[in-house]
Amino acid sequence: MSSTFEQIANIIAETCDIPRDTIKPESHAIDDLGIDSLDFLDIAFAIDKAFGIKMPLEKWTQEVNDGKATTEQYFVLQNLADRIDELVAAKNAGTGTGS
Amino acid sequence: MQLETFQLIDRIVDLDLDARTIVVEADVPPDSHSVFTGHFPGYPIMPGVLLTEAMAQSSGWLILGLTKFERMPFLAMVKEAKMRGFVAPGSLLTIEAKIEHEGSGFAVTSAKVRVGKELKCNAELTFRHIPFPSPDLRVHMDAMANKIGFPLQAMSNG
Repeated sequence: MSSTFEQIANIIAETCDIPRDTIKPESHAIDDLGIDSLDFLDIAFAIDKAFGIKMPLEKWTQEVNDGKATTEQYFVLQNLADRIDELVAAKNAGTGTGS
Repeated sequence: MQLETFQLIDRIVDLDLDARTIVVEADVPPDSHSVFTGHFPGYPIMPGVLLTEAMAQSSGWLILGLTKFERMPFLAMVKEAKMRGFVAPGSLLTIEAKIEHEGSGFAVTSAKVRVGKELKCNAELTFRHIPFPSPDLRVHMDAMANKIGFPLQAMSNG
């Protein structure tokens, strides 16, 4: 089974027409890959479906706007993969994280 | 329809918040309407962009219901919009929309427009939704909801 990073990299490559080999774990979705907010909606839709979760994009955005988090925590792809793993684990534990 | 004010749908026929579906109707204007003057001379048909907007407005009312009128949906993406057949002046449109996905701050719907049993167009639509950005907009949407028969009791049951 492919890693979470591999799955989201494939989603990004397909959704945004970005060459797969340019998408690295250390890539920042916005700063390095140039993904804009509209394309990220498409990516979020695909990730939500693929992993059976609801990425709390509004909560993350609010945390960044409030200075409580950095964009790197959510948009560097390995970090994004870690957040997704946490959401999947929370879902499987039946705790949920809200949105 | 009141194209001058961009009201593309006329009435809500069914809203099922549990099933996350809506059915609405829209009366296409007669061929004397100015929209058909240019689209097209001698061969009046409903513009595909307006049919797409009708699907978007139908989906929007569904999202408004699901968010209990606390958030306003804005069309962000149109995918796979297929105009499958011409729609003539005076047609009665039946538009169905359903939620395909509820994300954080966005929703994806699929919508279909039929005339009678014939499928005329369909699309997948993505909306961003945000808390109402203007009190005036909220007042307007409340008035529109009343006008098109939005079943407010559906929200208390949902």
